[in-house]
Amino acid sequence: MLKDQDRIFKNLYNDMGVDVKSAQKRGDWVNTSELTAKGRDWIINEIKDSQLRGRGGAGFPTGLKWSFAPKEVGSRPHYLVINADESEPGTCKDRDILRFEPHKLIEGCLIASYAVQAHACYIYIRGEYFIEGQKLQSAIDDAYEKNLIGKNAAGTGWDLDIYIHYGAGAYICGEETALLESIEGKKGQPRLKPPFPALIGLYGCPTIINNVETIAVVPTILRRGGKWFSSLGREKNTGTKIFCISGNVNNPCNVEEEMNIPLKELIEVHAGGVVGGWENLQAVIPGGSSMPLIPKEKCETLTMDFDSLMAEKSGLGTAGIVVINKDQDIIKCMARIARFYKHESCGQCTPCREGSGWMWRMLERMAKGEATKDEVDMLGDVTNQIAGHTICAFGEGSSWPVQGLLRHFKREIVERNNLDPIVQKKNNIPYLVDQHLLDKKNA
Amino acid sequence: MSLRRPAKNQPETFEFSSSSMEEANKIVLKYPKGKQQSAVMALLYIAQKQNDNWIPLAAMKYIAKFLDMPYIKVYEVATFYTMYNLSPVGKYFVQVCTTTPCMIRGANKLVEACKEKISDKENELSNDKSCSWMEVECLGACVNAPMMQINDNYYEDLDKEKTIEIFNKILKGEDPKPGSYRGRLNTEPENNRKTLMDVKNA
Repeated sequence: MLKDQDRIFKNLYNDMGVDVKSAQKRGDWVNTSELTAKGRDWIINEIKDSQLRGRGGAGFPTGLKWSFAPKEVGSRPHYLVINADESEPGTCKDRDILRFEPHKLIEGCLIASYAVQAHACYIYIRGEYFIEGQKLQSAIDDAYEKNLIGKNAAGTGWDLDIYIHYGAGAYICGEETALLESIEGKKGQPRLKPPFPALIGLYGCPTIINNVETIAVVPTILRRGGKWFSSLGREKNTGTKIFCISGNVNNPCNVEEEMNIPLKELIEVHAGGVVGGWENLQAVIPGGSSMPLIPKEKCETLTMDFDSLMAEKSGLGTAGIVVINKDQDIIKCMARIARFYKHESCGQCTPCREGSGWMWRMLERMAKGEATKDEVDMLGDVTNQIAGHTICAFGEGSSWPVQGLLRHFKREIVERNNLDPIVQKKNNIPYLVDQHLLDKKNA
Repeated sequence: MSLRRPAKNQPETFEFSSSSMEEANKIVLKYPKGKQQSAVMALLYIAQKQNDNWIPLAAMKYIAKFLDMPYIKVYEVATFYTMYNLSPVGKYFVQVCTTTPCMIRGANKLVEACKEKISDKENELSNDKSCSWMEVECLGACVNAPMMQINDNYYEDLDKEKTIEIFNKILKGEDPKPGSYRGRLNTEPENNRKTLMDVKNA
């Protein structure tokens, strides 16, 4: 288990209070100006040394992303945008940072803004987190009052303004270009890349977009050194991560742990074990709903980091672990996830807009045992038609969970759905469009 | 995508009240000059708050004029995002999360409670016209599942009895306390905490 002194988010459960004073006791805002005095290149190199990878799901190296920002500010200003549109089912880590560790985030914003030469920072919070947003706003107001942000923020000589922008219940706005569209006051429909936001982003200006957790760990990394951070976890999967363990466990919780921790340890030690015992485990979704599930046999030895999950054809994603035990109907669980994606598709690309609905309806039927034999392969075909054929990664996100189900639980689906695809006269098949033809006498 | 339709009965006119106007002017200042369109989402929220938690078409037209942008662009935004209510909802607006992490911890019991205490169907006002409920997608409090949102507040770690208790309170016009209903501290593992022990109860 990770030692307490190596935990970055010491106030994860709000034992100590969120105001500036108690945040300073935890080490925030102590020597911010000394950190920035070492220069942009030092900050970016230190983050590169730490091998920090983005915590929002894709796992892109943060130092590299920052280095994409133009070195000189041209005619267009630079922006920093923080993605707090946490909507992935199974994930609730950013919520705790927003409400209990806001000063880690605000200080991180200052340092990151300095590193990418931005004077304005927008924090995009999902609309449902209104209370959390208000708590962050009061922390921001506090920080302005204490001159930690604003003109000559925290004595760094850098001017920074932080604004909160609320979303309004669209999952797709967690996609970075959709998020930018949303801040610009449009529908949240993703843009084509390239051009990448680092060059042409918010209002057509260079923009760096990072997840809340990524930015909130930056000050601690700089204080304790990139070497310290990279000594945790393993090569290329370094540092600590907040894991959210939900579903059929005895004590669902958020916990900050080292990367590469065994999944079994997370579930058994921190979350109090699977409901009904480890033997009752059916499958685990390791990284938020869009990552393919992993069956029990593999959970025994699985370690939680980007690359080892990739090797299992899944992914760490946001590290939202959903534990599903044998009391649940796995097809129904996935059908519900498919319904989520059907609801949240932005409607821009046809394969995703139509396909997400097809997948949902097929899975609903499969859960009831109303599908025909050949539809199982057809479902796999539909997922392949969606993944890779859309503007943004939502297409992959919606089809991967279904592909995971087909990969590991195909037998269950086939056993339950053995209807013959050849239409018999007497079968009442409610989804058959030409049912009326069968009802005719000489059809 | 979700199907979203504006209400049939629409008021003729809409105007910001003086406090809404003040708030709106403040929000427009958050964005660079000439980019006032960015404020449309926040302004729709203000209109929704002022108009008993729903947005009439007149408000969209008003906001379009206010921000000097085409009406259709405001309409697009208002119909795209699901948190803008396009038809009247109850004073207490209950949203039950039923996405998988909540579903496998018994969110359907919460839906049952809604049907018993509020109304048979989603988006229908209760008998006394004070409440309405709907199923929503993930609200992002998965380790506190099952949970629901009433207006701005989250009610977590629920079961059917506790949900009915909460509804009894709101039907009487009281505001029940938000947060966990099993008495645990935020997202810590209940009775099983192994981390940050030296700061516990500090």
